[in-house]
Amino acid sequence: MIKTADVVIIGGGISGVAIAYNLLKKGVKNVVVLEKDYLASGATGRCGAGIRQQWGTEMNCRLTKYSCEFFENAKEELQYDGDIEFKQGGYLILSSTQKEHEQFKKNVALQNSLGINSKLLTLDEAKEIVPFLNTEGLISATFHQKDGHLNPFHATQAYADAAKRLGAQIYTFTEVTDILVEGGKIRGVRTNKGDISTNIVVNAAGGYSQLIGNMVGVALPVFSERHQILVTETVAPILDPMVMSFSLNLYCQQVPHGGFVMGRGDEGEPRDLRITSGWHFLEEMTKTITRVLPPLKDVRFLRQWAGLYNMTQDRQPIYGPIDEVEGFYLAIGYSGHGFMLAPATGLIIAESILGEAASLPATELHLNRFKSGNLILEPSVV
Amino acid sequence: MEDNTIVCRCSDLTLQDVRDLINKGYTSFDELKRISRIGMGPCQGRTCMQIVLRELSIATGKPISELSPGIFRPPVKPIKLGEIARHALEGGEVNHD
Repeated sequence: MIKTADVVIIGGGISGVAIAYNLLKKGVKNVVVLEKDYLASGATGRCGAGIRQQWGTEMNCRLTKYSCEFFENAKEELQYDGDIEFKQGGYLILSSTQKEHEQFKKNVALQNSLGINSKLLTLDEAKEIVPFLNTEGLISATFHQKDGHLNPFHATQAYADAAKRLGAQIYTFTEVTDILVEGGKIRGVRTNKGDISTNIVVNAAGGYSQLIGNMVGVALPVFSERHQILVTETVAPILDPMVMSFSLNLYCQQVPHGGFVMGRGDEGEPRDLRITSGWHFLEEMTKTITRVLPPLKDVRFLRQWAGLYNMTQDRQPIYGPIDEVEGFYLAIGYSGHGFMLAPATGLIIAESILGEAASLPATELHLNRFKSGNLILEPSVV
Repeated sequence: MEDNTIVCRCSDLTLQDVRDLINKGYTSFDELKRISRIGMGPCQGRTCMQIVLRELSIATGKPISELSPGIFRPPVKPIKLGEIARHALEGGEVNHD
């Protein structure tokens, strides 16, 4: 294994490989990614892999708009020989409370002002997009055609392959066991396959980011929560958009391959890094989805699994360096939307490490917001 | 077996497809599954897994007993979403058709 590196990135999910790609593209030579299992084996490969630009803060609209446009051009930019399966069938977001409906009006006005052409729909208009939608108990919907979803394994592989072509060293099945700090500065990383000297470490460890924080003696204000998901058998295409609702607590998409992927979050999910499957999720998920999208009653489900949301208090990520340890950067705490932010993450962290002017509005996402109390008030987060 | 022998009937992969992926550097059943959907169909790997593990064993030199077949996830056999919802709401027997 390599002995020294300019930057060591911990975590081979889409965030880690996107950061590596951006650093190499900007001319950093010696970039290492360390992954304890295989690429996308953690949260990335377990997620719904959706991307929406329908957010309620300018910051999130701009970050996801950048990410979406990146994914639209990813095949050319990353020169991937596979297919990242980006299906831009839109996100149809359902409201079922008056308060949510009022928020949707504000969100659409904000989104439109930022060049995101979302629309507020009546239920009849929503049924033109999903004719079998059961609108009972719903009030309205918003829709944006350019939102969609991807194959998370191939999206990660596309970044990884591009990074490798530029010279990245990606070590899978290589677990970080300690981080070496001297005089408040990063000096290296210890792994189960040897040590690497470096002055810069990026924590992109997803659901395990707090464990990496502990290695430099910093208690990060994050915790990981199990979220469950299931997939059905392959059937003929009947659902174009991702259907989601904050108040009904669901998301459901039909991937290009034909299977439906759907999930929801439950109160009381374990926070002990467990990723086993539970029966309660299955009952609540099937009750809700067969009510909202009745034809799914006759579709068989094949498999359920779970992954970790790395949660912060305001459900927004933490980006950038920290005051306590020089050379230690964070790309953590995505709270369930790290996949869709990945292209933005890659650029933000690369610019932060190189001291370049920020192209994207992410300075508010620094760790210090939890000390100063300047939390981000995003009304439309799961 | 011929190279064009179908290994995964659910996701339509041949022996040659599997060998090509192994040659690309994927060294575990979990990785092959995620990148190619092998073992992700209605049979959940019951047909293909042994054949894939044998290929991995040949490629890596490790005996099959040292290779992970991945995690077996619920359910044991495919079941209609409506049946689980009905059972959750009303109880009674689950229809496995």
